[in-house]
Amino acid sequence: MSEKTTIMKQEFLSKLNSIENMTDLDALRVEYLGKNGLITGLLKQMKDLSVEEKKTFGQEVNILKTEATDAITAKIEEMKAKEIEAEINSMPDIDISTPANLARGSYHPITLVQRECEQIFKSMGFHIEDYSEIVTDYECFEALNIPKHHPARDMQDTYYLENGQLLKSHTSAAQNAIYKKYKDALINDGVPIKAIFPGRCFRNEATDANHENTFFQMEGVMVDKDISISNLIFFMKTMLSEVFKKDIKVRLRPGFFPFVEPGFELDISCLICGGKGCPSCKHSGWLELCPCGMIHPEVLKAGGIDPEEYTGFAFGLGLTRLVMMRYGVKDIRDLNSGSLKVLTQFTDDK
Amino acid sequence: MLLSMNWISDFVDLSGLDKLKLINQFSLSTAEVENEIFFKGSDIEGIVVAEIKSVEDHPESKKLHLLKVDAGDGQLTDVVCGAPNVRVGMKTAFAKVGAKIGEITIAPRPLAGYSSHGMCCSERELGISDNHEGIMEITEDVPCGTSIKDLYPIDDIVFEVDNKSLTNRPDLWGHYGIAREFAALANRPLKPLDTVDLSAYDNLPKIDMKIEDPLCQRYSCLQVENITKTVSPVNMRIRLFYCGMRGINLLADLTNYLMLEMGQPMHAFDSRKVEKLRIKRFDRSFTFKTLDGIDRNIDENTLMICNSDTPVAIAGIMGGLDSEIVEDTTTLTLESATFDAVSIRKSTVRLAHRTDASMRYEKCLDPEMTVPAIARFVKLLTDIDSGVKVVSSLTDEYAFRYDKIKIDFDKNFVDRYAGIDIPNDTILNTLKALGFGVTLDGNKFSVDVPSWRATKDVTMKADIIEEITRIYGYDNFDIHTAVAPLYPIRAAQEKTDEDRIKDILVKRFSLHEAHSYIWAYFDEYRTLGIEIEDNIKLVNATNPNIETIRNSIIPTQLCQVKYNTGFSTDFGLFEIGRTVNGMKDGNLCDEHKKLAITLFSKTKSVEELYLELRDMLAVVADDIKHQALSFAPCDACHSYEHPKNLNAILCDGKELGKIGIVHPTISKKIDKKASIVFAEIDARDFSEIKNASIHYQEPSKYPEMEIDVSFVSEKFAPIGDAIRAANCDLIKSVAVVDTYTDENGKSITVRMIFSHPERTLTKEEVMEIVDSIIANLESQGILMKK
Repeated sequence: MSEKTTIMKQEFLSKLNSIENMTDLDALRVEYLGKNGLITGLLKQMKDLSVEEKKTFGQEVNILKTEATDAITAKIEEMKAKEIEAEINSMPDIDISTPANLARGSYHPITLVQRECEQIFKSMGFHIEDYSEIVTDYECFEALNIPKHHPARDMQDTYYLENGQLLKSHTSAAQNAIYKKYKDALINDGVPIKAIFPGRCFRNEATDANHENTFFQMEGVMVDKDISISNLIFFMKTMLSEVFKKDIKVRLRPGFFPFVEPGFELDISCLICGGKGCPSCKHSGWLELCPCGMIHPEVLKAGGIDPEEYTGFAFGLGLTRLVMMRYGVKDIRDLNSGSLKVLTQFTDDK
Repeated sequence: MLLSMNWISDFVDLSGLDKLKLINQFSLSTAEVENEIFFKGSDIEGIVVAEIKSVEDHPESKKLHLLKVDAGDGQLTDVVCGAPNVRVGMKTAFAKVGAKIGEITIAPRPLAGYSSHGMCCSERELGISDNHEGIMEITEDVPCGTSIKDLYPIDDIVFEVDNKSLTNRPDLWGHYGIAREFAALANRPLKPLDTVDLSAYDNLPKIDMKIEDPLCQRYSCLQVENITKTVSPVNMRIRLFYCGMRGINLLADLTNYLMLEMGQPMHAFDSRKVEKLRIKRFDRSFTFKTLDGIDRNIDENTLMICNSDTPVAIAGIMGGLDSEIVEDTTTLTLESATFDAVSIRKSTVRLAHRTDASMRYEKCLDPEMTVPAIARFVKLLTDIDSGVKVVSSLTDEYAFRYDKIKIDFDKNFVDRYAGIDIPNDTILNTLKALGFGVTLDGNKFSVDVPSWRATKDVTMKADIIEEITRIYGYDNFDIHTAVAPLYPIRAAQEKTDEDRIKDILVKRFSLHEAHSYIWAYFDEYRTLGIEIEDNIKLVNATNPNIETIRNSIIPTQLCQVKYNTGFSTDFGLFEIGRTVNGMKDGNLCDEHKKLAITLFSKTKSVEELYLELRDMLAVVADDIKHQALSFAPCDACHSYEHPKNLNAILCDGKELGKIGIVHPTISKKIDKKASIVFAEIDARDFSEIKNASIHYQEPSKYPEMEIDVSFVSEKFAPIGDAIRAANCDLIKSVAVVDTYTDENGKSITVRMIFSHPERTLTKEEVMEIVDSIIANLESQGILMKK
């Protein structure tokens, strides 16, 4: 190699070595490899050489050019890697152990439990109905075979309004409307009536931790040909096992409600002890949960359904009670208080 | 109601059976038994009859006596006793050394310097009455040392039945009816009641008695005299006490005993005070002193028992003080009657006085029971006091008879209703055991309902099903699922929308769902300065604070906001609840389901908060209905509305509700510095809006063109209108990118995005559209900012 190219190469490499940023690197590239760069300049000095010398020298310069270009490319890669490394090193350590910010909205616990129940009933082919809070005496009592002088109609139990209407004291008040809504499909097309109606109920009573004048129930009915007591017990057991997410034992005791015959009080095996007996079930192994029964023939009749041809069952679940059981709410009044200390805890529960 | 197993066993032999199991079966087949069962007598042991042989006063104590008693063990025992009624020759209940009373075991112990080797017991200590005035006096002629439990039926199992579970069973308000159930459950015969034959007195004169009011269904009475005993036998008193009643005197105890046994309330009058028995109402109000000494206001609806025109008892509720049995009473008139149940219940409520008698009458007692009750009473009375003389014939007026009820059904009906196969024999035996008359022909049953079940309880086939299945036992049922044809179940739109609204508000906007009451809260509103607007009222609210039904959720929500101001600097509440907006046709309440939202913030300006709320509503409408909202200014008409920035919310041409700012007077009472905004829409109206659905457009392959234009304008509305007026398909979106105020006033910068589906737009054609919009606005005096 000629002395010139050797010197230039050494100069170039030593400059390249000392470069620390892209700007200087680019300047170096222009200085050596640019149109008027030093390496190109070498070629211009070839005119005085012999053909043989030109050939040798030209090859040397071209090699030098390639080496210089490669060296610059390598330098760029090296610098990029350094930059990334610097960026990595400059990343601060983030303290992941700080408390998470959980700010978000919340559902009323009734909504959560109601939705869960609705889901269970939907899966079993039930309609979900809605009903008004203010109803007539007919809907709340008469259509339910509750006679004029029945104690349930006493002023101390039911909130009456100036126009004779009342705040519904139980979700059964929707039964008559439901029967009327679906009876044609039942009678003409054989579509069984299967419906639930969650809703708010009102009782004229003094409130304390266990008593509210405003609470939620969920009524359910099924009417078809040949619906039996055996079907009712099976259904309640299956449905409640879904609600409580475990295999529930049920037992029925006679209970008197004018709109069912026979009527029952349904007990479930204690959720805490499973039936062995514990303080929460007063050592009986059972919890009284909800009333149910075979729909009274007069109630079917009032709904336009012939009780000789069709039978059915009805039940009422205390949604507010389920909420209290599920979440361990001790004071029922908290549910209507609007207190965010209470409500914000019920984010979602699917 | 407390029930004694001993008493029940008078009428059905339950020997050899597990009583607790039977009680549990009763609870599952008949009526609810309370958890706690009382094992009477189980806590006393080793108490015997003893005679006091000598009594000496304690030398240093005024109260104590030093006794020597004979407890039948061949020696005299020294006992120190503080009872005032000790005397020589008296027999009493004596707890020997080693005896147990409750937790205590009797041991010899020194008492005021003397050694005492046992204890003489009061009736209370034995648990057989609440008498603790002195030690028990035993009058029976039995040898000393006899175990007290051999003498008296102290051992008993007592259980309590929830009265509420007996409301439809008038026959279960006495032990005899309960025994009938036990007989059916245990499959053992029910014994007949031991009574006297009243026809033996048919030759005696009748009592002058007349029913003058249809509210009295039956009135039976009889006169007796020559009663010499005043104290009831211990056995009877123990039963009464175990069943929750205090012993009073023989006659009162006997009427109570009869009531607890047969469920038939009875009353005894001094015959001198009821020479002309009349049962009637008065056409005026007056006060009447009942035998508890209380003056009660009687009105024209209250049925009275009278002596001619003088009232002597409130029918079915309580006797009067003046006709009570007194010391010189020689002849008494026994009443056994039935009255109209509703009338008794109403009188009870009116008088605010519920008695053991009225409680039973309210249940529709069987009128067939009045005469057997008298026959039973006379039997019990003469057993106790053999000198008693009946001095009248049975006087009985039976004014109202229930219809006899006959029910026919076949086995198929039972199988279908029960869902299991119950054999004919089982059906037959069950009904017979419960006292029904039954005949069976092939598979057809014909049933006569017994009078004690025929007053309202059993009227039709479904009632018979209950009788059969409850005794069969629901635990014994083979259970299976209903089989039903398959049909699709469509979710109701309103319900679906409601769920989605909740999801959007909770999940996207972090609001909190609350429930508030359906009435206006008078006190809370007043504190905040919210006016209670006239609306339908409750007629029987016990609390004046909750009288008026709300016509909006916002005020109740504002009360909740006030409650929560300390919880956080920023929060939002929502509720989907009911309101009543006055009346509609047919004098019915116009009930609405509404969505109400209130936002509270101490960190955001009222404008920011207001627009945030606007965006929430817009997202709800867009997400659920794919519809845009529009707003129209409206005038404030409620005390909580700020007069400015109150807008009606419109969607698809329908007015849904209002959005506004809380009036400063109220806002300041909630929090001095916070911004509070609200919106309320009708949830049902919203649900009825048609879903505009998604309109898909193939994305253009050609570049979009963005044009920003600034206008000097206070409001966006005219600009939006002008853009809409251009009616140009090429405008894909419009957004406000900036607003600012300078020396020229308020400016709004609008960004319009243009695109064409099939080609690249030229600057010229886009500017033509923009210029037309600018020109439109200029003509309204809104200038483009250069």
